[in-house]
Amino acid sequence: MTAQTLLTTTPGQVPVRRRRRFGASGDRPSWGATITLVVCSLAVFVPLYATLTMAFKTTAQSVDGQVFSLPSPLSVDGFVQAWNLTNFPRGFAISVFVTAVTVVGTVMLAAFAAYAIARNWDRPLFRWSFFYLLAAMFLPFPVLALSQVKLTGMVGLANPVGVAILHVMFQLSFSVLLFTAFIRGLPEELEESARLDGASTWMVFRHVVFPMMAPMSATVAIFAFLASWNDFMMPSLITANSTLQTLPVLQNIFQTQFSSNYNVAFASYLMAMAPAIIVYLFTQRWVMAGVTQGAIK
Amino acid sequence: MATAAATTRAVGRDVAAPALARTRRPRASLTFYLFLLPSLLLFTLAITLPAVMGITLSFTNSVGFGEFQFTGLTNYVALFSDPAIRASYAFTIGFALVTVVLVNIVAFLLAVGLTAKIRAKVALRAVFVLPMVISGIVIAYVFNFLFSNSLPQLGQAVGITALETSLLANPNLAWVTIVIVTAWQAIPSALLIYIAGILSIPGEVYEAASMDGATAARRLFSITLPLVAGYVVINMVIGFKNYLNAYDIIVGLTNGGPGTSTRSIAMTIFSGFTGGDYAYQMANATIFFLIAVVLAVLQLRLTRGRSAF
Repeated sequence: MTAQTLLTTTPGQVPVRRRRRFGASGDRPSWGATITLVVCSLAVFVPLYATLTMAFKTTAQSVDGQVFSLPSPLSVDGFVQAWNLTNFPRGFAISVFVTAVTVVGTVMLAAFAAYAIARNWDRPLFRWSFFYLLAAMFLPFPVLALSQVKLTGMVGLANPVGVAILHVMFQLSFSVLLFTAFIRGLPEELEESARLDGASTWMVFRHVVFPMMAPMSATVAIFAFLASWNDFMMPSLITANSTLQTLPVLQNIFQTQFSSNYNVAFASYLMAMAPAIIVYLFTQRWVMAGVTQGAIK
Repeated sequence: MATAAATTRAVGRDVAAPALARTRRPRASLTFYLFLLPSLLLFTLAITLPAVMGITLSFTNSVGFGEFQFTGLTNYVALFSDPAIRASYAFTIGFALVTVVLVNIVAFLLAVGLTAKIRAKVALRAVFVLPMVISGIVIAYVFNFLFSNSLPQLGQAVGITALETSLLANPNLAWVTIVIVTAWQAIPSALLIYIAGILSIPGEVYEAASMDGATAARRLFSITLPLVAGYVVINMVIGFKNYLNAYDIIVGLTNGGPGTSTRSIAMTIFSGFTGGDYAYQMANATIFFLIAVVLAVLQLRLTRGRSAF
């Protein structure tokens, strides 16, 4: 019953209506509210500004701990040292590998499963599989960590491959949920006409359904990307060999070695966070829509 | 006798069967089963198996390897009288409650601002959502530096003695830094949900209120707040559930210290890897799991009317 109501809803969109809500009289934008919000946004910018200025200082200048002073002279020493000390290219490559496997794995597995479930809802096996896959929402990683670390060690997956598999598994519930709701909202006529033309189930999925799922795939992919790229808890516990660690874990490992070379530390932090920020700049729209769909739909 | 029973059963089934069942395709295409199989298989191996294994081992005296005996509820009994475990639950739940209140107040007010008639609305929204995409442990290290260097410098400059020493070194106040950084990162998702909630309120309601002479404050408390109450509940439950898993940010800020004053539940569970109390922490994880189930059921019940999660 719960699931019925849950599945019959059509995929939602973030409302784009823009109407006057508060404050300003007439149609003029409120400068007061705008300025207040700009001031509040400093809370977002201060730590990022500090990261940026510290990263471009020389070690000598960064030692005084004055985060707001501008770098003089402007130096990329911090980046060079962080690059070599943490072996950034390797950490970056491993992070990219784990994240790419997570994103592709999540979208593929969740899309396959959700399509099978949505189109066979009247069959108990598929219906129960849906609830079964959803159960991981009840299981935060700390609950499973001790056994998962033991098991991945036993089967030779105490490495980035194991981390990626677990990342996919923890994204699966949420992604299957989003995809299933989305597919239920797609018209079945297109699929039926393709089938009448002799297309197999696989071809229908590949050429008709999957392309139509693109907007939801983007949302699922972005969430998988963020969860995987930024995660510290899972790789730090699962991957046994510290030379195979992802960027967030490297910050932890090298914390003591950065010591008071603050410019090196901040250059390293900046290189670890920059890729996610860059991806966000290009995908804001889907990130914002995704949160809303995930929580309300 | 047997025939009669069979007939009754058959009739019963016929009556009970929904009309749909008789008209549906006889068998699902094999492809559908193949689509479902990898997810079910991997999920069973990576999630179900560890869960069953963990719960089973929580009733033993396993140290993570070698032989072990079943010891019944011994671990659970010991857990409830362990001051370190109690302290970690008290800290984590207290921290989660404070954070959830702070996040929701700030996110709601920002959402009101960001749905008002303002300049640079798109850019401002993008800025306020940005913290969501930054790694928790990395930003925690940045804040760690700000709390241990910049804030004391600021304290000295303006003469506030309480701020002159690092908050991170103060066992009574270190938790505040964890609340601040967690909130910094968690506000965006709550904010986006509130924005969606506020935009779902029909504009006519505000127009009618304006015509009746309601002030902006009155409209906020008498229209917006009651009409987004459902979103407040969703945000509270989702947020609380997430904050209970606190780990990354704490590692970056205090690493559980000073002493053990900011050790979260996740941190005590992970201590099972090294402390030799593997099964004991499995029992701890099982208790934590039960709390997560209660919260998840609560979340489902609260959001059912609204459709899904």
